[in-house]
Amino acid sequence: MINLFNYIDRPSPIHKLTGATKLICTVLWTFAAMVTYDTRLLILMPVISLLLFRVSKIRFRDVKVMLIATFAFMVLNNLTVFLFSPQHGCTIYGTKHVIIGGNARYALTEEQLFYHFNLILKYLSQIPMILLFITTTDPSEFAASLNKVGVSYKISYAVALTLRYIPDIQREYVDISQAQQARGIEMSKKESLINRLRSASTILIPLIMSSMDRIEVISNAMELRGFGKNKKRTWYVARRFVKWDYIAMAGCALLFLVSIAGIFISGSRFYNPFV
Amino acid sequence: MKKFSVKTVVAIAVGAALFFVCGRFIAIPSPVPNTSITIQYGVLAFVAVLFGPVAGLLAGFIGHALVDFAAGWGVWWSWVIASGVFGLLMGIATKKIDLEGGEFGKAEIIRFNVSQLVCHIICWGLVAPVLDILIYQEPVEKLFAQGLVSGISNAVTTAIIGTLLCIAYAKAKPKAGSLKKED
Amino acid sequence: MSETLIQFRNFSWKYQSQAEPTLRGLSFDVKKGEKVLICGPSGCGKSTIAHCINGLIPFSYRGDISGSLTVCGKETKDLSIFEMSKMVGTVLQDSDGQFVGLTVAEDIAFALENDCVPQSDLIRTVKETASIVSVSDHLRHAPNELSGGQKQRVSLAGVMVDNVPILLFDEPLANLDPATGKRSIALIDEIQKKTGATVIIIEHRLEDVLCRPVDRVILMSEGTIAANMTPDELLSTDLLPKYGIREPLYLTALKYAGIKITPEMHPDSLEHMVLSDEDIKRVKDWYGAGREEELPAEGEPLLSVKNVSFTYDNGFQALKDVSFEVKKGEMISVVGTNGAGKSTLAKVICGFLRQQQGTIFTHENDGVREECDLSGLSIKEIADHIGYVMQNPNQMISKVMIAEEVALGLTTRKKPEDEITKSVEDTLRICGLYPFRKWPISALSFGQKKRVTIASILSLDPEVIILDEPTAGQDYRHYTEIMEFLRELNDQGVTVLMITHDMHLMLEYCRRAIVVTGGRICADTTPAAVLTDPELVEKASLKETSLYTLALLCGIDDGRAFTEHFISCERQRRGK
Repeated sequence: MINLFNYIDRPSPIHKLTGATKLICTVLWTFAAMVTYDTRLLILMPVISLLLFRVSKIRFRDVKVMLIATFAFMVLNNLTVFLFSPQHGCTIYGTKHVIIGGNARYALTEEQLFYHFNLILKYLSQIPMILLFITTTDPSEFAASLNKVGVSYKISYAVALTLRYIPDIQREYVDISQAQQARGIEMSKKESLINRLRSASTILIPLIMSSMDRIEVISNAMELRGFGKNKKRTWYVARRFVKWDYIAMAGCALLFLVSIAGIFISGSRFYNPFV
Repeated sequence: MKKFSVKTVVAIAVGAALFFVCGRFIAIPSPVPNTSITIQYGVLAFVAVLFGPVAGLLAGFIGHALVDFAAGWGVWWSWVIASGVFGLLMGIATKKIDLEGGEFGKAEIIRFNVSQLVCHIICWGLVAPVLDILIYQEPVEKLFAQGLVSGISNAVTTAIIGTLLCIAYAKAKPKAGSLKKED
Repeated sequence: MSETLIQFRNFSWKYQSQAEPTLRGLSFDVKKGEKVLICGPSGCGKSTIAHCINGLIPFSYRGDISGSLTVCGKETKDLSIFEMSKMVGTVLQDSDGQFVGLTVAEDIAFALENDCVPQSDLIRTVKETASIVSVSDHLRHAPNELSGGQKQRVSLAGVMVDNVPILLFDEPLANLDPATGKRSIALIDEIQKKTGATVIIIEHRLEDVLCRPVDRVILMSEGTIAANMTPDELLSTDLLPKYGIREPLYLTALKYAGIKITPEMHPDSLEHMVLSDEDIKRVKDWYGAGREEELPAEGEPLLSVKNVSFTYDNGFQALKDVSFEVKKGEMISVVGTNGAGKSTLAKVICGFLRQQQGTIFTHENDGVREECDLSGLSIKEIADHIGYVMQNPNQMISKVMIAEEVALGLTTRKKPEDEITKSVEDTLRICGLYPFRKWPISALSFGQKKRVTIASILSLDPEVIILDEPTAGQDYRHYTEIMEFLRELNDQGVTVLMITHDMHLMLEYCRRAIVVTGGRICADTTPAAVLTDPELVEKASLKETSLYTLALLCGIDDGRAFTEHFISCERQRRGK
């Protein structure tokens, strides 16, 4: 198996769902999480996704590395938001309850804190679902799933081919960069920025040239085996929808509708506890 | 439909894979602590020049989406779309450059760099922040600042890496074909 | 008379980008059920013929056709590439390029998927075909979990699912180790017998293809047919050496012994070759006439590898307690099957990977004899001692001009300008590139590019250079060009270590061979000794030299001495 995205093969109800279902669900779910700032929904979503994690038998340590990345990114993003717009919460919620700092630009307000709380919840709503998707979806099924949800099969196959050739290109990159390092190419801080970029290009040029040759070989091979002949194609790895697929999709669609409906009903994307 | 030939499909895939490998594994330390400069837009610009707007759009979109999926910081659709748009615009803007035919002289270098600069400004100064505002409702100042920083760094890397790649490709490609066999 | 499947009539083809036609007025037939080998030196047009037969010409490449080519009775230019793909299945040289599925099963199913075959049929056909080429146990595996031979089997399965009447193999031996190559040829043979398909093999390694019978050989030269006859007939002529194809070693040996080869002797295979008593006596006389012991090189030690072990992050132990010593001025082959640890060994010596145990040190440091431990040095510093040349020169070249490329290592080391100029010029002279110094690299041939990459490493003046598969995929002429160049360098005192699959190379050019299997060194002796030891050959997935078999056939017990005698005859001839 290509394990670029950490697919973990364990029997569980989540694994049993088809790739197409999981793709649709993840897209609906993340869109719902993106759109809404309704704190109640944002609290509900992480809770459900944690439950789903339990069902999927994916353990915390399986995704530890990624979670650390997520956490770092979340902290950084919150800091930049505060740095650039310390009173963003007040603009949104229309009130100003200063906790400390009086009239200073970086005065800490309840509104700002609540906004950051929502921002963090948005992460917690989205990330577990994405992690769940990549750890439980067989990469082989991914392209077939895209095709099933209506993406043209040529684009779907381009995605499969991307997954297929990433490890090859990565290996070639490592080989080339080692040989070039031996010749003294450096990208470390000892060099000036322009030189670092020049160094990168001495590694990239051979890599790109051989990749361009590769394009010709692969497209010849695919054409010789009839790719692009028909308007459709079948998939060895495709799977049929069963009851649970429909249930899962319906559930996520409902969630998406709720988050949209919430905006229209309350007339705002934000849940406001300050008025 | 000629633009969706098998070769385009493969070019999208290899372009996206290169974008992914560059974006995820090749990090050049930058002057700002704890950040690194990524060079994938130089590669994407090259792919767009060579294979056209459709390949640029999809290679950027798929490559960036996979980077986000693999990294664990969530998929930032606004920026993923912006990467695709960059590939698309770059492909359209450089349609006149015949890289396959070995043409990449002074005029093309200027055309390439003006195009990439404009495309970067549109993508990181407009597309990405506006989508961010619509989707995420984050502070406008922060989003434009982010766009500015990444726009500048991407434009610099594209100017150096992209230009060098195009020159190297143009110099290497056609002459091998037009040469007579030597004994 | 069986029907003609492929018919070339006065067929010519010119690529759009080229000034001269690549194929010129070809006329030949291939009949149903035949097995035909098309051989010829690089650039003779044999790959272009393959493109014509499978339809890439004229459907993917642009150019001009004249004359006629019919496949299964239909004029190809009136068909489409998809109709062609129903008649001709192609197994490409680059099995990584052909492997477009994420797993074995998906790749085998690829052609059927494009035909919209329902999934239940896909699964059944894949299962059946996989078992024919024995990859059934790997259906869920990704390409990077397979060996080169397995990938080729998958490619073959992937074209067999279409039940094509014609199977076309483009250089099937290029990327395989000798034993795997032999198995591939045997598999092609079995499949032909089973399915009755017409088989066309394009390959310049004649002896290896002929280990299973072939009906006809078409010898190409400069876009025309130089010979079209049975192997027995062809091998009885002088055409092969004339057109730069290496004839089987046993025939060269017989010719040295003064024996005239005739078709009646069935020279296409040693197994059923007929040698008269007089022939055998001649061979014995030739062997008795002179015998030279092959002596291992004497010299001061230059590089020592002591008890080195290396384990990858995933827990795979690639090197187990490896020790050897390289003497100054040696030219050594490192051989063994794919995955035996040869490449890992080279990477550890170069510092790309760091051993967990053991030490590696040179006995010379900047011209002074003192021990210099490499483990404390950076990759860049190690490169001052050990030079590494990658297999494909295109993977190393990053500058436009030759002189810039050769100077790259020196410029990054910030040497003074005049010193750089001087050592670049010296290196270019040594490498025979001085007249080209102002040329762009893109104007060079593959062999010349290889020289440039070797020059770019030599300019750093390392004590040892390591070459990964220096001649992979090269025809005999380019092979000789590259190897003679390396031999000249070696004569000038450069110590050379080569990782190779090529048994000829090892026999002809090296006096010492290190055999690696399963991460250990299992033999460190002369090449002739390695290739005449059946047990070792088996263990290391090598291929016995046909000289050894010939010796046995002639009743000469000491196959090793016989082989060594042959090699020294070869060297003398070359030396004159």
